[in-house]
Amino acid sequence: MPLTPLAQGRSTASPRAADTTRFAATPSRIPASAGAGFKHDHLEAILADREPVGFFEVHAENYMGDGGFPHRALERLRQDYPLSIHGVCMSIGGPQPLSEDHLSRFKALVDRYEPGLVSEHLAWSTHDEVFMNDLLPLPYTQQTLAHVCEHIDRMQEFIGRQMLLENPSTYVVFENSTMSETDFIREIVRRTGCGLLLDVNNVYVSATNHGFSPMSYLMDYPMEHVGEIHLAGHAVQEDDEGETLLIDSHDTPVADAVWDLYSIVVRQAGPIPTLIEWDADIPDWPVLRAEAAAADRILDEAALSFMMGKSHAARA
Amino acid sequence: MPPVPDVNDLDATGFRSAVFDPERNKPEEITGPRGKKAVKRFNVYRNNVVLGLVNVLIDYFPAVGRITGEKFFRAMAREYVRAHPPSSPLLHLYGQDFPVFIENFEPARSIPYLADVARIERAWLTAYHAADLEPLVPAAMGEIAPDLLAEAVFTPHPATGLVRSPCAVFDIYDANRNAETVGPIEIGRPQAVLITRPGLDVAVTALPDGDDAFFANLIEGGTLGEAAEAGMQAADSFDINNAIGGLLSTGAFTAVATRRN
Repeated sequence: MPLTPLAQGRSTASPRAADTTRFAATPSRIPASAGAGFKHDHLEAILADREPVGFFEVHAENYMGDGGFPHRALERLRQDYPLSIHGVCMSIGGPQPLSEDHLSRFKALVDRYEPGLVSEHLAWSTHDEVFMNDLLPLPYTQQTLAHVCEHIDRMQEFIGRQMLLENPSTYVVFENSTMSETDFIREIVRRTGCGLLLDVNNVYVSATNHGFSPMSYLMDYPMEHVGEIHLAGHAVQEDDEGETLLIDSHDTPVADAVWDLYSIVVRQAGPIPTLIEWDADIPDWPVLRAEAAAADRILDEAALSFMMGKSHAARA
Repeated sequence: MPPVPDVNDLDATGFRSAVFDPERNKPEEITGPRGKKAVKRFNVYRNNVVLGLVNVLIDYFPAVGRITGEKFFRAMAREYVRAHPPSSPLLHLYGQDFPVFIENFEPARSIPYLADVARIERAWLTAYHAADLEPLVPAAMGEIAPDLLAEAVFTPHPATGLVRSPCAVFDIYDANRNAETVGPIEIGRPQAVLITRPGLDVAVTALPDGDDAFFANLIEGGTLGEAAEAGMQAADSFDINNAIGGLLSTGAFTAVATRRN
């Protein structure tokens, strides 16, 4: 189904639209620069800083309480920055229908904070009223594809706008899978019109864990539909055979190999809003800001080579 | 017999059962790449789910954790998580029945106040996320005709919680949540604790004797007259003026009305 593109923000067709925007000073649109995951402990440092990053992102479920400090903090942040709302618990990849309650809560959050981007995961977390608080994997088959597309259609219809779907980090594979992850994702985009959130760390983690080349994954990935990139740190463990098993832990700086892949992606695809995720063992704000600044430097270089590439192409 | 899962679908039931039950094998269709084993690989999900939820409880119940020590708490929390996984993705609602679980957890029986400390910490979290409602202003009381005051009923603020314990639960909670070192506490002294959030900060207040019965009565919808009676019956030292002062200063209620018999 056709959907309003995200980057344009909410419809401005009605002359009253401007009156209903609660954050008139800071439009929704997310710039193609680096952003950071918002942590409450950083609020004061962020407000004391001078435009340290281009945008912030929050996990939707952390703002589904009725009131109190979390909403006060997010209101304050949103006055100064565009916001991306990242859902973690919609369970889009599961076999059962999406929770109507959760959809309503999600929509209320989107209506309240007017985010520039909305995203969710290719994963599941709820089954039979049990919530597992993790991003669990699914086999890639025609059957699961049908479920996922049904759920994305439902979510986009319910919130009235396009969402981005994030590729997962996985530790196991399913013997019953019949499609590659990239084929699966490409078909989802074709059927639902959703956009993509490319998590480059997840690509690297899954590629290492399953022994494929991250470059071949990226070559096969429908890059033209990417509306946002995620970067994060991972932890190193061992699998059953004593070989490297990477864990998507979000508790360290972004790894060098992931920076390299990221650089390749944005040189080829052009500048894309890029989020640094850091969700455990959270450092002081300057450390997170420095990670975002590192992404910004790569984005700047990418913008240059992307534009030069375009002008070469135009002359050719 | 459970339905046989479609081979082309996700067997979410099998996956979930194996995540919560360490005795159960991982689902058969789950493997490593190129036929590699997937025992440790599947354990990543077990860890993420179970340890992740244990860590949530450690975060929500710091005083309980300090009383028991981390090793004991983790073992207790792991049993709770497996027996009572969350039913909602709103994790700030998780652990509502953790105090009852603690009460019935055999190895914790020797700590009679542990469940009540958990009740305070659970109420703290509820208050933290409660709706932003203005507490009752003192002037609202003045608008009630003096002869109707005994018939006044109050609407509790959504943040309001009350914990009444046969132990010195406020002193124990306060020392283990806020103090560097825990001094001597007269454990067997009954205490009641009122949890409120008049602004953004959660307030945990020890109530004078009799005020617990007074507040409990009001929270359950009793009239001011009935609540005062309950307070007086509960403690000789109960002071109605002091109690009404607390009713207003703690922000425990949002509205007042009169109920005519």
